[in-house]
Amino acid sequence: MDALRKKARELLESGDSEVIIGYGEGSGNRARAIFVQKPEETERLILDDRCEQNLAVYLLKREVKSLGKPAIVARLPVLRTILQLAAENQLSDGDVAVIGISPDGELVDLPDFKAIEEYVDSLPLELSPEEQEQLEKIKNMSIEDRWRFWTDEFSRCLKCYACRASCPFCYCSTCVVERNIPQWIPVAPHGQGNLEWHVVRAMHLAGRCVNCGDCARACPVDIPLNLLTQKLDEEVFSNFGLKAGTTSELNYALSTFKPDDQENFIR
Amino acid sequence: MAEFEPKIIAFVCNWCTYAGADLTGTSRIKYATNVRMIRLPCTGRIDFMLLLKAFAQGADGVIVSGCHPGDCHYTAGNYHARRRWILFRSLLDFVGFDTRRVHFAWVSAAEGAKWAQVVNSVVNEVRELGPFEDYQKLARVGVE
Repeated sequence: MDALRKKARELLESGDSEVIIGYGEGSGNRARAIFVQKPEETERLILDDRCEQNLAVYLLKREVKSLGKPAIVARLPVLRTILQLAAENQLSDGDVAVIGISPDGELVDLPDFKAIEEYVDSLPLELSPEEQEQLEKIKNMSIEDRWRFWTDEFSRCLKCYACRASCPFCYCSTCVVERNIPQWIPVAPHGQGNLEWHVVRAMHLAGRCVNCGDCARACPVDIPLNLLTQKLDEEVFSNFGLKAGTTSELNYALSTFKPDDQENFIR
Repeated sequence: MAEFEPKIIAFVCNWCTYAGADLTGTSRIKYATNVRMIRLPCTGRIDFMLLLKAFAQGADGVIVSGCHPGDCHYTAGNYHARRRWILFRSLLDFVGFDTRRVHFAWVSAAEGAKWAQVVNSVVNEVRELGPFEDYQKLARVGVE
């Protein structure tokens, strides 16, 4: 933590960065995102197990951009998000100073996208055993049980769109849910519209999601949303051999194709 | 009570399957009348949301059909569509949506007979499955 504060102070004092996006103490013993603009305020930065939020979501927000050149405290999901945003032409090399944090909390020097790519490449990107177990549990259900499971989960959805707000890849200025000619997603939170929303959200993140899990953490009614994107991530990898957030070059599974893609389901 | 007749919505591309279905007609081949065809420029244009909208509007089954690989009028629209279908089908299956109600086909402008056969077999399969009440009922969940 001291190394992090020192590094943040250096960045602000040298003028290389004007704002540090990091974690600070929030209410109810939770960590929250803070935006440090003064060297003396770097003491507010913390780093522990509670610091789970994907801070990269703020990089594209106008309010944060207006604070000046950012530096960001970046664990693996944030690093992958930065690479994926770069691949989608949302960030250029040098737009953000990265304070890399290794899985055991040590500072990592990552001067450019190339260095981030190499570092991400050296870490395991698979789902954790708990995540894998939960995913397998649902995959092994009968189709009727899966339908019951998901319709039950989605029935709690209130269409608050916190999942969308928390996601660094939901940056469209006009989201499909705001399009009302036609009304693609029903406004009322009924079962059918909720299913449509969660299907469309997952599909729009297919091949882009880096599995930070913020959508599920943001959900006020605890819908395990990240399972949908994890499942699609698995399909993208097994069918097309691609993984989001591993390169700053465009590698979006759905913007390309191979002539011999699987088609055993097509008549 | 009369036997259940499924409503099938077919999203087809203008250049191959729509012309193929025309050929079915001009060849005087009879096929099931349960299908309502919607012509779009290319399978690459067929957003998966259209399929969900069809089910929301009461479809019991959906067919998506276009040019064979390599024949796309826009060179690669069908290849892109195919990738999307692979992911969309697996996602539907994962949420427990019966993918036996969503069918994909390549039907060229010369395959009038194939179109009739695709429609007939989809209609028969969906008739077996019965009306898609699961999905219709969802629109009431959280309302009543």
